[in-house]
Amino acid sequence: MLNNSLPNESLPDENGHFGPYGGRFVAETLMGPLQELTEAYTRYLKDPEFLAELDDELHHYVGRPSPLYHARRWSEIMGGAQIYLKREDLNHTGAHKINNTVGQALLAKRMGKTRIIAETGAGQHGVATATVAARLGLECVVYMGSEDIKRQSTNVFRMKLLGATVVPVESGSKTLKDALNEAMRDWVTNIDDTFYIIGTVAGPHPYPVMVRDFQTVIGREAKQQCLQQAGRLPDALIACVGGGSNAIGLFYPFIEDEDVAIYGVEAGGDGLETGHHAAPLNAGRPGVLHGNRTYLMEDDNGQIIETHSISAGLDYPGVGPEHSWLKDSGRAKYVAINDDEALQAFHDLTKIEGIMPALESSHALAYATKLAPKMKKDEIIIVNLSGRGDKDIQTVATLEGITL
Amino acid sequence: MSRIANCFNDLKEKNRKGLIPFIVAGDPQPGFTLPLMNALVDGGADLIELGVPFSDPMADGPVIQRGSERALVHDTSLRDVISMVVEFRKENKQTPVILMGYLNPVEVMGYEEFAKAASEAGVDGALIVDLPPEEAGELKEIMVKYDIDLIFLISPTTNVERQKYISKIASGFLYYVSLKGVTGSNRLDTGSVEESVTTIKQHSDLPVGVGFGIRDAESAANVAKVCDAVVIGSPIVELVGNLSDDSETSMKSITTYLSTMRQAIDVI
Repeated sequence: MLNNSLPNESLPDENGHFGPYGGRFVAETLMGPLQELTEAYTRYLKDPEFLAELDDELHHYVGRPSPLYHARRWSEIMGGAQIYLKREDLNHTGAHKINNTVGQALLAKRMGKTRIIAETGAGQHGVATATVAARLGLECVVYMGSEDIKRQSTNVFRMKLLGATVVPVESGSKTLKDALNEAMRDWVTNIDDTFYIIGTVAGPHPYPVMVRDFQTVIGREAKQQCLQQAGRLPDALIACVGGGSNAIGLFYPFIEDEDVAIYGVEAGGDGLETGHHAAPLNAGRPGVLHGNRTYLMEDDNGQIIETHSISAGLDYPGVGPEHSWLKDSGRAKYVAINDDEALQAFHDLTKIEGIMPALESSHALAYATKLAPKMKKDEIIIVNLSGRGDKDIQTVATLEGITL
Repeated sequence: MSRIANCFNDLKEKNRKGLIPFIVAGDPQPGFTLPLMNALVDGGADLIELGVPFSDPMADGPVIQRGSERALVHDTSLRDVISMVVEFRKENKQTPVILMGYLNPVEVMGYEEFAKAASEAGVDGALIVDLPPEEAGELKEIMVKYDIDLIFLISPTTNVERQKYISKIASGFLYYVSLKGVTGSNRLDTGSVEESVTTIKQHSDLPVGVGFGIRDAESAANVAKVCDAVVIGSPIVELVGNLSDDSETSMKSITTYLSTMRQAIDVI
């Protein structure tokens, strides 16, 4: 069962720094509210009543713990390490996103906020936010780039059915990064009654640490389940990294287990050499965006550049600051998987295990197919299956020239 | 004494309020910026705030966002903006110029290189919107070395303790954000501005400029009554966006607009 506590170790420091990364780079109007949020979060993190309510919601509403599934057939075919899948796709709303939105929404309620806002790219975080807002009777406004709205019409309708207002964002590249800018603008304007639920481990302090803490339920469960089912810790962890919340959720409880190798998989798009990708840790450099210092995709003048990935959830020019720190410190390794490799893994897992993965998670799976054959048969890899692939069947069909 | 300090001293002696217009450098085209700066001086600008375009202007409303986007169509970079100030300074030696923008372009150029180039160009101050004092230590040190004022924001959500903290690190003037919101908002409450500026002045000798929600002559006059200078951004950027060319007639229209603001704040 769930641990009745959340981790909050030495990093970040009190101003949200992970080494040179993270921090709080926002206009002055948000500094007070971010401090207030930090104080509230720190207080409730130690409040047994809050933690009990969170556990109860995760258990009965989200459906946790999610299984750790041994993909025997797929492991056998690859002929190397045993692959276990952490089944975040089986959560309510079909992805890991809800672990965080439940936590933040409960916090919003405690802080007396009546209005919830969120940004969304593919729509998964928007749906997870609209869902908990409905559950708690809170007003909900979701900002979404107008380009993304066109690509993800089903999720837009889901959010509307859940009672949320979806606001199209027409500025900049009209995608996730612009939706985040617009949500920040809303927050700064409606700060008194509004709680901003950020969907990933980026943004100004305390978001990277708060979202991490809510997502570590993934890694804490996986650790316990692996010990129970296999009798030992895994040899490697693999997770996809856009902003990086599912990845940090799996990795964090294993950081001090030095024998566990950690791999984060970025979106290689058409290939790193083409420049059409979303892999700042592999091919970007440090800079400041959306309230934190981290690796970014930017041009020589410091303008943020447009990214490309087959998977909308990884299509983001930044990454959580803790990942930047884990990269520089060498504790985690960050690799890239191209669109076509991810698509192949999507098909493989669907046909071989009867599990249709999200295109985001398919990046992690594709890296497993590279790593597993190089490992021994008694070694263990845990792949975070962060979401289910139903939302992506339209994209896959279009790519393959099929009209549904 | 810095050009900004001089400017505010002059204003004080003449018992006048400062007028600080804002434009985005490179908007709508790089060639417009120099004539626009001169047009603003002709219209009564005491200081000029020159926006450095950024792809993700998180603190700006739609009008200035669009100005930034227009400038970025022509790839207007931080280096380009500094070059524009070099051109401006060939004719104008007295009007202080403040660069206003976001941190990332400065990070990419490098703090030292930025400060050196800006100082040589005749830039007097910099306001980096997403750089609160907590994160500004390193840049502040370098700016001091090159005699550039680093200007900081104080907002309605800044408590007195923070006001004191910000006043200590800031130089040039303090920029009070008049409302909870982005640039160009329509939520100005002059009464609360007056209250806040009075509090700020109790523990700082720096002049206080007020910006973010001033939309017309009336609001400019009302705000000017309670502070040392008013910043007018979005209405000017809106006009600039509608200019079809950089002819004398076009520039004259900007001068005329600013003159009405000048008159409004001078009669108070």
